[in-house]
Amino acid sequence: MSGADIVAILQGAVVTVTLSLVGILIGLPLGLGLALVRWADTPVFARVVALYVSILRATPLVTLLLLLFFALPNIGVPIGPISAAVLALVMNTSAFNCEVWRAALNAFPKDQYEAAQAVGMRAGQRFRRIVLPQIARASLPGLVNEMSLLIKVTPVLAVVGVVDITRAAVRIGAETYEPLPPFLVAVALYMPIVFALVSLQRWIERRQAAAEAAA
Amino acid sequence: MIRDFGIVWSERSLLLSGLANTTILSVLSAAAALVLGMALTPALMARNRAVVFAARGFVDGMRCVPFLLFAYIVYYGLPSLGLRFDNWTSGLVALIVYNTAYMAEILRGAWQAQPREPIEAGVAFGFSELRLFRRIILPPLLLMAGPVIGNQVIQIIKDSAFLTIIALPELTHAASSIQSRRYVPFAAFITAVALYWGLCLIVEAGVSSIGRLAEARR
Repeated sequence: MSGADIVAILQGAVVTVTLSLVGILIGLPLGLGLALVRWADTPVFARVVALYVSILRATPLVTLLLLLFFALPNIGVPIGPISAAVLALVMNTSAFNCEVWRAALNAFPKDQYEAAQAVGMRAGQRFRRIVLPQIARASLPGLVNEMSLLIKVTPVLAVVGVVDITRAAVRIGAETYEPLPPFLVAVALYMPIVFALVSLQRWIERRQAAAEAAA
Repeated sequence: MIRDFGIVWSERSLLLSGLANTTILSVLSAAAALVLGMALTPALMARNRAVVFAARGFVDGMRCVPFLLFAYIVYYGLPSLGLRFDNWTSGLVALIVYNTAYMAEILRGAWQAQPREPIEAGVAFGFSELRLFRRIILPPLLLMAGPVIGNQVIQIIKDSAFLTIIALPELTHAASSIQSRRYVPFAAFITAVALYWGLCLIVEAGVSSIGRLAEARR
C-alpha cells in the first residue's frame, strides 16, 4: 500500500464525514418535525408518521438504499448515487431521531406548558422558549448516540458506488491483493470518529447527572 | 405495477429462502451472542484490572467499528492471515463476535442496576459462584434487559442484510437478484422491506410478552 493509497482513503473519509454531516443536519430537524406531528396528535398525519417510523426503523439501510437507487429512476425520478445515499441516510436517521425527540416530548411536564399558556404566550413562542430548550437537553444523549449509529452504517453507501472510506479501502485491497492493510487504515479512521461521539454522549450524560445532583 | 408484484410472486421461493436464511442467521447469532455476552459480562465486572482492561478493550473496540467493515475484514482480510472461511461461516462469525460485545455491554448495564441484597442473600446461603450467577443474578438480569436485548436482535436482523456484500443469499440478496434479472426494483425491494418489517414486529411482540412476564414476577 502506497502513500497515494492512504490519500485515497483519506479522501474517502472526507466523503464519509460530509455525507454523515448532511444526513445529521437534515435528519435532526426532520425527526423533530415528525415527533411534533405525533405529539400534537394531528388526525391522519400522526398515524402516517407512526407507520413511517415503524417501517423505517425495521428496514436495513442497504435495502432502503437499493430500493431508492433502483426504484426511483424506474418511476421517472432520476437519482444519482450521492442523492440516493443522502436520501437513505436522512430517511433512516429521521425515523430514529423522531423516537428520541418523542420520548422527550412525552416526558415534558404539562404544567409548564399550561403555565406558558396562562401567561399568554403564543404557540410558536411556547415551543421556542419553553419546550424546545428543555427537550433539546433531554434528547441530546440519544441524538448523539444516533449520530454514532449513523456513521457506523455509512459503509453501506459504497454499495451504490459512493467512494467513501470503505469503497476506497476495498478498491485498494483488490488492486494490491492485500486487503488487510487498507481495511486496518479504514478501521483506524472510523474508530476515532465513533469514539469521539460515544465519549461526547457519556460526557453529556455525566454533566447532566452532576447538574441534576447539584440542583 | 401489479404485474411487477406478480413477477415477484413468481419468484417467491427465492425470496422465502432468503427470508429463511435471514431468520436462521439472526436467530443463531442472537442466541450465540447472548450466551457469549453472558460469559463476557463477569469479565467486565471483574476485580482483576487486566481482565477488565482486556474485556473493555474488546467491547469498546467493537462498538466503534462499523459492522460492514468488520464483515469485510473477516471475509477478505483474515485469509491473508491464513484464516479462510466460506461466506456463510464468515457472516455468522462476524455477526456473533460483533454482537457479543453489544450483548455483554447491555447485560453489564442491567447488572449494575440490580439490587445487591438478593446476591448477598445468595452468598450467605452458600451458593457456589456459578450457581449464584445462574440462579440468582441471571434471571432478573435477563428480564430487566429484555427490551434492550430485543432492540439488539432487531439490530442483528438489519445487520444481517449487510452480508449481501459477501454474497450471502439472505433476504436483501434475494431481492437484489430478482431486481437484476427481472428488472422490477420497486416491487422486489418493497416486498423485502415488508418482510423485514414483519420480522421486527414479531421480535417486538416477543419483547412485550417478556415485559408482561417481568411485570407478573414482581
